[in-house]
Amino acid sequence: MIGWIIFGIVVVLILLWVGIYNGLVQARMRTQESWSQIDVQLKRRNDLIPNLVETVKGSAKFEQGTLEKVVSLRNAITQTPTSDHQKTMALSDQLTNGLKSIFAVAEAYPDLKASNQYNKLMEELSNTENKIAYSRQLFNTTTANYNTKLQSFPTNLIAKLHSFKPSEFLETPAEEREVVKVSFNDQGL
Amino acid sequence: MLFEQIAKNKRKTIVLFVGFFLFMGIVGAALGYYLLSAWIPGVVIALITGIVYAGYMFSQSTDVVMSMNHAQEITNSDQAPDLWHIVEDMALVANVPMPRVFIIDDPSPNAFATGNDPEHAAVAATTGILSVLTREELEGVMAHEMTHVRNYDIRLQTIAVAMTSAIAMLANFGTHFWYFGGNRRSNDKEGNIVAMVASILVLVLAPVAATMVQLAISRNREFLADAGAVELTRNPQGLIQALNKISNSEPMSDENVSPESAALYISNPLQTKKLTNLFSTHPPMTERIAALKRM
Repeated sequence: MIGWIIFGIVVVLILLWVGIYNGLVQARMRTQESWSQIDVQLKRRNDLIPNLVETVKGSAKFEQGTLEKVVSLRNAITQTPTSDHQKTMALSDQLTNGLKSIFAVAEAYPDLKASNQYNKLMEELSNTENKIAYSRQLFNTTTANYNTKLQSFPTNLIAKLHSFKPSEFLETPAEEREVVKVSFNDQGL
Repeated sequence: MLFEQIAKNKRKTIVLFVGFFLFMGIVGAALGYYLLSAWIPGVVIALITGIVYAGYMFSQSTDVVMSMNHAQEITNSDQAPDLWHIVEDMALVANVPMPRVFIIDDPSPNAFATGNDPEHAAVAATTGILSVLTREELEGVMAHEMTHVRNYDIRLQTIAVAMTSAIAMLANFGTHFWYFGGNRRSNDKEGNIVAMVASILVLVLAPVAATMVQLAISRNREFLADAGAVELTRNPQGLIQALNKISNSEPMSDENVSPESAALYISNPLQTKKLTNLFSTHPPMTERIAALKRM
């Protein structure tokens, strides 16, 4: 009788163990999947940048080094191993700012603004920038879920035994963290 | 929180199904008894009809709901770049697959989501909402819809719409029976009974339909979706401004909206005076905006 009880307890413990372990693996995989979402968008942007540089080079005057800086940042991102999340995102933020300055300069050139190709590129790039921001947010959400699991009892015991490592949050660039200010006077209609 | 909401929605969907079949059975029994003097064939016929209808609605719900609301599908980003990209972004951050996208040609700003589950979901937006809202505001609205998708609100609401329309159809049928019976009343005793049954059916059916919608679409759902939208966009202002604009505009044209699917929309698309009590499925806009401002 006692033997059966012990057997039952052992079976329950093993099932719990397997369940918790699988939960951890799944949560970790979600963080990896959401990183690959970011990666897809970074690659897409990298593909668009040479086109953009070609398009604006001839038709607008930029300060010395503006375009070169963007190109070198792009190349730095392609050379950074994707496993280095923090460095990749730091470079990506700089690249975002570089692109913003290109668009700001291009504003002053009506020919460029009237060009179909330029407008299409600009639309695709801003779409990609949005997706980078949103996939970064998704990554932080999945990371928060995974890290909470790692720290809560009894999951933390099993995580330690199988040496699960916490996932690192991606910092949001400073200007995005500012609260959006909206005036209530422009409510149209 | 999210999982509780999903579980609750799945439970309610089952309750809705059971209620629907019970109801069909009772109607079938009553009709069978009075028309054929035997209730069993009536029940069998009614249940078979019910199963066929439910199966059809379950597999075709998106297309049926979309055509009920005169929505046209768009299949690539060139047809409405802003809408398409915003839906893509919101699906990305909500971690659900990209839904199908539809546009309703109506100047009043409004939007809704439908489908069986996140893998078979669809969102619709009016041409009005595309022209009136800024990108930030439209993001808020689409995030609200994506929360309905992620929560399985869409399944529950779509089934509720399907069953309400079935009952409305039966009620219509009953009304016609009543007229039909009324004509022959003087010289036909049978007609008298049929007319009586039919009129009772009509009396019973309409409130049942309304109650079912009420059951499925608790007002809480919209508050939850608003909160979920803010969780996705991190920007309550966008949704607040969108709701302000939507609530200050004209209702949609009656030709485009079917009253049964009014509950799906982010804001009640019908004239507020009509049907307000029967179908009051949306909490007052001022309360929703106040809740968003507290976030």
